Amino acid sequence: MSSQILISASDVSKKFCRSLKRSLWYGLQDIAGDFCGLNRDWLRLRNSEFLATDRVSFEVRRGECLGLIGRNGAGKTTLLKMINGLIKPDGGRISVRGRVAALIALGAGFNPILSGRENIYINGSILGLSKREIDEKIEEIIDFSEIREFIDAPVQTYSSGMSVRLGFSIATALDPDVLLLDEVLAVGDQSFRSKCFNVIGELKKRAAIIFVSHNMGQISLACDRVIYLASGATRFLGDCGEGLQRYQDDLACESTPETNKSVNFNHPVSDATFYLSNSEVPYGGVVRARVEVVVEEPMPDVHVRYVIADDRGVGFADWSSKRLGFKVELERGRNEISLGLGPLCLRPGRYWLSVTFQDETGLHNNIWTERLHELKVTGCVVGGYLYQLDDSGFELVHHEP
Amino acid sequence: MVSGADRELTEAAYSPEPEIRKPLLLLRSMFADLMASRELAWRLIVRDIKARYRQAFLGFVWAFLPPVATTLVFVFLNRNGIISVGDTDIPYPAFVMIGTLLWQLFADSLTAPLTMITGSKSMLTRINFPREALILAGIGQTLFDFTVRLLLFAAVVAYFRLSLPLTALLAPLGILAIIGLGLMIGILITPLGVLYTDISRSLPILTGFWMLLTPVVYPPANEGVLGFLARYNPISPLIVTTRAWLTSGASDYLAPFLLVAVLTLVLLMLGWLIFRISLPHLISRIGT
Repeated sequence: MSSQILISASDVSKKFCRSLKRSLWYGLQDIAGDFCGLNRDWLRLRNSEFLATDRVSFEVRRGECLGLIGRNGAGKTTLLKMINGLIKPDGGRISVRGRVAALIALGAGFNPILSGRENIYINGSILGLSKREIDEKIEEIIDFSEIREFIDAPVQTYSSGMSVRLGFSIATALDPDVLLLDEVLAVGDQSFRSKCFNVIGELKKRAAIIFVSHNMGQISLACDRVIYLASGATRFLGDCGEGLQRYQDDLACESTPETNKSVNFNHPVSDATFYLSNSEVPYGGVVRARVEVVVEEPMPDVHVRYVIADDRGVGFADWSSKRLGFKVELERGRNEISLGLGPLCLRPGRYWLSVTFQDETGLHNNIWTERLHELKVTGCVVGGYLYQLDDSGFELVHHEP
Repeated sequence: MVSGADRELTEAAYSPEPEIRKPLLLLRSMFADLMASRELAWRLIVRDIKARYRQAFLGFVWAFLPPVATTLVFVFLNRNGIISVGDTDIPYPAFVMIGTLLWQLFADSLTAPLTMITGSKSMLTRINFPREALILAGIGQTLFDFTVRLLLFAAVVAYFRLSLPLTALLAPLGILAIIGLGLMIGILITPLGVLYTDISRSLPILTGFWMLLTPVVYPPANEGVLGFLARYNPISPLIVTTRAWLTSGASDYLAPFLLVAVLTLVLLMLGWLIFRISLPHLISRIGT
């Protein structure tokens, strides 16, 4: 039983068109062609068409959960829509066995004016439940949704979270062989989400599941294998952990470097140059940062601070000379300060290093920078991530007039 | 409750091959879906009717207003000599009212498929369900409205003391034919109408114009442009015959009536086939 293949896709491709006007016109041509039963080269790309799904093949067996990952626009939803039979592939073949439930849009067909109870019947019918099946399960559905007190109120008075709860509860009554989940767990509060996960775990015992999510934790929790799509093509198919690693590595590389770097300094600093020994560092490694600074008058007590933050500006590490008890004294002319930063036990990804110099009052910045150096942490982490907050790496190498 | 593992598994296969290459399979799945869609269609009819009247203070009055308004306009125009429609077998207000009711039925059937499909866009692009349900629900709503409006017919019959001839028993056939013709045209324009909004925009204008070219508020003419139109306008024989059955008895337009009815049946099947084949393409073109 567990070896039963329920979803199989071989060389599945789908074209889309970038221009709406052309898309509609091609649509008309395709309908005419299909109606006449014409044999044509379905994969030939016409003007402004591109492959949204490019020769994707995989199989999912009963009792298995396949994670579908990839960046926005990688073709995940398109693939799900083809498996669900909503749109036709332009190449290849998909075969799906058994009852299919697609939790792509929860609560599709809800009418806002009607009550929650009435909408359970409507939405259930749309999903393919008979009236008898809904009658049997309606109490279960209402209990699961935890909105019994509002069930006879119009759905338009529900919060978005409540609608989603109701939608998911109806969908869980389906008992499918094939379950397609598209980002449905991105909404709803934490307790409801974990409840949904339990249901999915139950369903997994007897269904083949395809699960789309951008939450890597959810994927690694629910899935046995992953398929990683990039611009419609399969980049990886296989073990979950390995696939997630590949995806995250790619994300770190591909993300467009934002170069809104800023460097500012003011009197008495007249010039400052910054160096970083290497822009890529393995997990747990050390980088060396050097600053050459020219001052017009001596600064007896400078507070030097290095901060490592991620793309969103969340700080992960912070080295401060003052907190460490170092006294940095700058003399008139050229000074050079070199610091070893690390060990960087940071989750692999892209970070930004910035540096500030403050005078002895701590109120006045003499040098302040933002996104000074890009720093990529590479490697694979087993277990949890450690945030480096250790100051032991602070090291004053030399300080010369 | 049959658990997933023991159930007989149906297999669905999707490939770029045109489905029409396997016509028997296609026809079988069309009829299977039609059968499977009855319950959902009923739910959708109930949903739309409930929702429509629950948020309206005037409720069912809205079903009566359009034919009443049309009738009043033409009775006013005729009585004041602005237009002159000539003699009718029955009092003119009754004549206009019955004609308008039948025309409205046709116009509603014509717009129902496209309205239902475009109104269910978000459902169509996300859930796989028997889409025939949308068409059936459209017909159901149209029939519901018509049934409500039959009260107007009853009122007219009572007020003018019209006696119903025996042929009135044939009227349901005429009504069926009118719905069929509207539906046939409606389904045929749906694929184009889903892709291009030009269709839904022009529909009210076209049906308004078409009504004036049809003997709805005036009796059919035998000569001239109107005579030509009465003969070659497909909806004319249906409306004229059905009205005659309801009021005066026999109709002179029985042969064209039958011809239109048969053609409607054939083209309706064709429309359904096109609808089936075009849906996956439409869904992939209207996206999200």
